[in-house]
Amino acid sequence: MTLNLIVWRQKGPNAPGKFETYTAKGITEHHSFLEMLDVVNEDLIKSGKEPIQFDHDCREGICGMCSQVINGMPHGGQERTTVCQLHMRKFKDGDTIYIEPWRATAFPLVRDLVVDREALDKIVQAGGYTSCHTGGVADGNAILIPKPAADEAMDAAECIGCGACVAGCPNSAAMLFTGAKVSQLAILPQGKAEAAERVTNMVNAMKDCGFGNCTNHYECQAACPKGINVKFIARMNREYLKSLF
Amino acid sequence: MILDGKCPTGPIEKTWDKHRFDLKLVNPANKRKYSIIMVGTGLAGGAAAASLGELGYNVMAFCYQDSPRRAHSIAAQGGINAAKNYPNDGDSIYRLFYDTIKGGDFRAREADVWRLAQVSNNIIDQCVAQGVPFARDYAGYLDNRSFGGAQVSRTFFARGQTGQQLLLGAYSALSRQIKLGTVKMYNRREMLDLVVVDGVAKGITCRNLVTGELESYAADAVCLATGGYVNVFYLSTNAMGCSVTANWKAHKKGAFFANPCYTQIHPTCIPQAGDYQSKLTLMSESLRNDGRCWVPKKKEDCGKHPNEVAEEDRDYYLERKYPSFGNLAPRDIASRAAKEQCDDGRGVGPGGRGVYLDFSTSIKRVGADTIKERYGNLFEMYEKITDEDAYKRPMRMYPAPHYSMGGLWVDYNLMSNIPGLFVLGEANFSVHGANRLGASALMQGLADGYFVIPNTIAGYLATVKPTNGQTDNPEFKKSVEDVQSAQKKLLGINGKKTVSEFMRELGGLMWENCGMARSKESLETNLKKIPALREEFWKNVKVTGTGTEFNQDLENAGRTADFLEFAELMCRDALHRNESCGGHFRVEYQDEGEAQRDDANYCYVGAWEFKGDNKEPELHKEPLKFENVHLAVRSYK
Ligand SMILES: Cc1cc2nc3c(=O)[nH]c(=O)nc-3n(C[C@H](O)[C@H](O)[C@H](O)COP(=O)(O)OP(=O)(O)OC[C@H]3O[C@@H](n4cnc5c(N)ncnc54)[C@H](O)[C@@H]3O)c2cc1C
Ligand code: SF4
Ligand code: FES
Repeated sequence: MTLNLIVWRQKGPNAPGKFETYTAKGITEHHSFLEMLDVVNEDLIKSGKEPIQFDHDCREGICGMCSQVINGMPHGGQERTTVCQLHMRKFKDGDTIYIEPWRATAFPLVRDLVVDREALDKIVQAGGYTSCHTGGVADGNAILIPKPAADEAMDAAECIGCGACVAGCPNSAAMLFTGAKVSQLAILPQGKAEAAERVTNMVNAMKDCGFGNCTNHYECQAACPKGINVKFIARMNREYLKSLF
Repeated sequence: MILDGKCPTGPIEKTWDKHRFDLKLVNPANKRKYSIIMVGTGLAGGAAAASLGELGYNVMAFCYQDSPRRAHSIAAQGGINAAKNYPNDGDSIYRLFYDTIKGGDFRAREADVWRLAQVSNNIIDQCVAQGVPFARDYAGYLDNRSFGGAQVSRTFFARGQTGQQLLLGAYSALSRQIKLGTVKMYNRREMLDLVVVDGVAKGITCRNLVTGELESYAADAVCLATGGYVNVFYLSTNAMGCSVTANWKAHKKGAFFANPCYTQIHPTCIPQAGDYQSKLTLMSESLRNDGRCWVPKKKEDCGKHPNEVAEEDRDYYLERKYPSFGNLAPRDIASRAAKEQCDDGRGVGPGGRGVYLDFSTSIKRVGADTIKERYGNLFEMYEKITDEDAYKRPMRMYPAPHYSMGGLWVDYNLMSNIPGLFVLGEANFSVHGANRLGASALMQGLADGYFVIPNTIAGYLATVKPTNGQTDNPEFKKSVEDVQSAQKKLLGINGKKTVSEFMRELGGLMWENCGMARSKESLETNLKKIPALREEFWKNVKVTGTGTEFNQDLENAGRTADFLEFAELMCRDALHRNESCGGHFRVEYQDEGEAQRDDANYCYVGAWEFKGDNKEPELHKEPLKFENVHLAVRSYK
């Protein structure tokens, strides 16, 4: 197929940005979205132009590195799919596709489609851990965890930290991301001791990083490639309220 | 030169405990005077940086991604081994040790493998304490499954995302130290050179990938935890950024490269579909717990829908050839068996490069829901890539490059032959021998990071004076200049071919001639073609943009240039080893299709010394002694 791409190009955070139009030729339904961009980039390089810069690494939907808004939707809007796992069979010959970076104050643009998501690391650094030391911990089976709790913690732990929830949110809130981490550790006995301190610190870090607040649009859940449920935001709010008493 | 691995002697069960006691310590007040560079924040580097920071050292950690949480370890699906014997099926530290030595085809060091098996149990405890949500049974106990090469269930898992969860555990411990200020994290930095002062590793040169600036960092010890090099095949299961660069640059500064020809070809990957493809996707080996491998017995059935091939017309070749391990035969054996079927003209799917992995028997036995719970995300991934529903139709699989057992040579303390340079995780050569058993790379990464290096590095630091991060030695400046001029050269060629074209060509040569099967002839072909390709690269590559900006084309060009040099060493190593063992299969050395090892002549680690560009490297040997597991033909029948 042949596709018409309209891509956001911007040299750096302070440089002016604009949409450029490119044609992707010879694309098959088996190409992944990023492989389609590889083809376009090869053409650009050959004609002496600078290729489109975009973040990616695993190309398996697990590292959370890829980050593109496609036709207005983070990761392209296919349910539970990252850009790297989006395949061209979802598009038709002759389609026009808009490609943009994540946009949020807390995610400054680096170049083209690449943004800086260090703010998500800052939130985790504020308390997204159990303060255990290396070595000197109890036997793994000394802490019994009922299967439903282990499963629910795992549901929350599936977050890949991509930031699509932020990009999809009209308020640029990072509450789905933070809620997932807070919940994972709050559900497990190991995380309980520090639960109150953790949620306070992580919520404060969200504010400090410049993320907005949740006003229940559910866009985050719709954008999330891992199907993280908004119930974890509710759980975080509950943990936060609990921490006040 | 005969290399000394400095393994402790005496009864194997006591080696690690005794060694730990004998190691020098750095007293807590002095630890903060020492700084350590950790390149890489995957399982090995992340765990190590967190643990060393916690001990009080000043740690500087580097990764090329935008966050330490994205290291390639995150992609590991199936699980991590430990000798806990929770299922009461007869596991023990000794058995894990035994399986690993045998699985590696007797090309790993006994003492290192013993230590790995011993600390494996601590790893699980550590991860549970961090809140890693391992699978549990209804009573709340940890659940296990099996992996290739073992007859006990010793694999711990977190759905199909074990690597992710373990890495997030290490990343959270690392994040805690970053907050506390003991670790300083440098994201989007690529190490492009090792700085050696008077024969001792003292620092690194990095490119800040955002600004393009070259930066110098100095420390009292440098650790490389930079992962593996199987992207030398172009198509592999590795992440796109995985490269040999850090290891190769250290090699050029004097570090020996051990067993580069040992690469693992993983039996269960989604077959390649087209020429545009940028990577191959692994389907966890744990699928072989419930999936049965088969191909049609008759060639004319290969084009049929699999469900239309009658039961009696299917060849369950692993169950037939290896009755005691069946579908759980080790990776090298399962990979070769799959290739054999396809070479015999009974492969399925495009180009006949595929075998079936069939779940129908298990779905009948335990129900689709159970299978979904065990492997749901893998089935989803498979569907996204192939547009096929594996609950209804068997998956198609083909072997793909997956893991490097070779790496920089290290002694028992994980120190390379350059004093002060330590190598951890997949980047070193240490415990897998010629073949890695499933679920043991995660184990090795975390063993090295949490439990080995925090002990052994003290033994070294206790002998050196703190450098206080000084980068004023002329070696630092020289290193920056060297990197700069290499970049200038790349940017100035302005040829006709793109970096990817070169990488694809190199990968093709490597897969064809140094892949699942090699011969003297094929390797000699490569030893002629690779230097020619390298020469062409330096004359005809086109790299866009400048060095002083975010420039992914330049990043790739640098990595490709290193692969072009490394590939030759890999072929050279494969050529000198006139035997077949594990992932190294030389077609000349086989006995009815089974690998023929030559212990009389090749029972050693082959470690190569760099002698200069376009000069022949020198081979050093470290003889391997087997005192606890006796050298025997490896059979899984
Ligand atoms: C798809 C897949 C599935 C797997 N499944 C399993 C499994 O089920 N069980 C199992 O045991 N093993 C599995 N493995 C293998 C295992 O995941 C890896 O061997 C292991 O995670 C490697 O860890 P590491 O810490 O050594 O390296 P990595 O995780 O690769 O980390 C390398 C680090 O080094 C950094 N780096 C590299 N080069 C540079 C440079 N030049 N400058 C700066 N930073 C650099 C990177 O940024 C990264 O932080 C799997 C592998 C793959 C690909
Ligand atoms: S919650 Fe979902 S969208 Fe948000 S960072 Fe995690 S995986 Fe990405
Ligand atoms: S590239 Fe890793 S999730 Fe897309």
